[in-house]
Amino acid sequence: MTRIIQYFRSLMLLELLKGMSLTMRHMFRPIITINYPEEKTPKSVRFRGLHALRRYPNGEERCIACKLCEAVCPALAITIESEQREDGSRRTTRYDIDLFKCIFCGFCEESCPVDSIVETGILEYHMENREEAIMTKEKLLAVGDRFESEIAENRNRDAAYR
Amino acid sequence: MLEMLQSVFSWIQSQYLIWTVLKILVITVPLITAVAFYTYFERKVIGAMQIRVGPSRVGPLGLIQPFADVFKLLLKEIILPTSSNRFLFLLAPIISLAPAFAAWAVIPFNDFMVLADVDAGLIYVLALTSLGVYGIIIAGWASNSKYAFLGAMRAAAQAVSYEIAMGFSLVGVLILAGTMNLRQIVLAQQGGIFDWYWLPLLPLFLIYMISGVAETNRAPFDQAEGESEIVAGFHVEYSGSAFAVFFLAEYANMILISALTAILFAGGWLSPFEGVPVLGETFLAEGSIFWFLAKTVVFMFMFLWYRATFPRYRYDQIMRLGWKVLIPITMVWVMVAAMMTVLGIVVKGS
Repeated sequence: MTRIIQYFRSLMLLELLKGMSLTMRHMFRPIITINYPEEKTPKSVRFRGLHALRRYPNGEERCIACKLCEAVCPALAITIESEQREDGSRRTTRYDIDLFKCIFCGFCEESCPVDSIVETGILEYHMENREEAIMTKEKLLAVGDRFESEIAENRNRDAAYR
Repeated sequence: MLEMLQSVFSWIQSQYLIWTVLKILVITVPLITAVAFYTYFERKVIGAMQIRVGPSRVGPLGLIQPFADVFKLLLKEIILPTSSNRFLFLLAPIISLAPAFAAWAVIPFNDFMVLADVDAGLIYVLALTSLGVYGIIIAGWASNSKYAFLGAMRAAAQAVSYEIAMGFSLVGVLILAGTMNLRQIVLAQQGGIFDWYWLPLLPLFLIYMISGVAETNRAPFDQAEGESEIVAGFHVEYSGSAFAVFFLAEYANMILISALTAILFAGGWLSPFEGVPVLGETFLAEGSIFWFLAKTVVFMFMFLWYRATFPRYRYDQIMRLGWKVLIPITMVWVMVAAMMTVLGIVVKGS
């Protein structure tokens, strides 16, 4: 008897109608696609993108070549060489980050005592040769100079939670 | 100037051949355009059902997308497999396309707009839609490829199985209408939405739609294509414009089945509000080509809706559904339809 009821129930196509009503309901839902180059999702102020070296407002570079970032880097992506400048302060002569090795963990930023090395919110960059993947000191400082206002603002907004 | 145009017009009308060719063009050109935009419509609808946007890059709202697709396909090289039968290989797409277009000859768009008002219209349509499977079989055979051949075998078995259920559900319509002329079948359904044949023949209506999907090898009955098992089925070896022709045939067939469903079960060009006293003699209550097109579009939308909803049938499930479920039900309901006419519940041909 149950089998007969089952048979006639299957003829009502209830499951199929249920499925079709589901797809029909979805059709009128707002579309969740983001049209990427025109639309972008919001980014956290802690976003870990391309690296930058910052300067003090007077133009002096912040990095004091303490090499904490080099030590903490789990991917061994940072290479630092330093020497004493004429005024007696210790400065880097070489500060390379290999972007192919970097895992963007943000440990360098965490370890930096003078807030020099930071990871910016920049994620749209490209390179055409392998050697361009090495961010030299000049390139890092250039990124920092160019986006200083943005970096400073992001750090200000995040300061209360650090 | 006006007189000259009129004389040219009447001369064209007197030339039977030219006049007919013109009529054919008036049917096929919009049909091809409809096919192009049906592919766009499909991608948009399925996109919306999956909460994405669908094509949106080419032209405003992506409306030029079908033309971009067509030109891409037409400009591509047609690769002939070395071990294929060249003649049959190129003949197959034409065989599958021709019936899908030829069947439109007997489709009545409204009371007088029909290319050929033949008395055996339904038989003609049934015969032509069945011919389409030859295109598939020949394509699979001529490709000389195991996947194409497997796909063709599946498609043929499926088409043959569902042809029977389809034929039986048409028998129900014939019993109620008492004619095979598609125009008169529509006229027999006069009297508003509840006088159309979908109501007395509800099971046959559903079975006709199901077997229509199976006939056109669309999801969830797209065994012949079987992307995950046999790559693309019968047209795996086709490329460029030859592939485009298969594509055109598939979509033209879908539109044809939709139009036939509208004619046979949903009153063709008749208005659903016929006889509603409030509307009186207004446009809404009158039968017109727009009603026919609207119903066709609704049934065309159903095809896309099924595709967005249902997972694919397994091969044995398709055969089981066709032979053990649909055919017995149609047989029973044909008898019920006959009883309905004998007992006078539904008056034949009215």
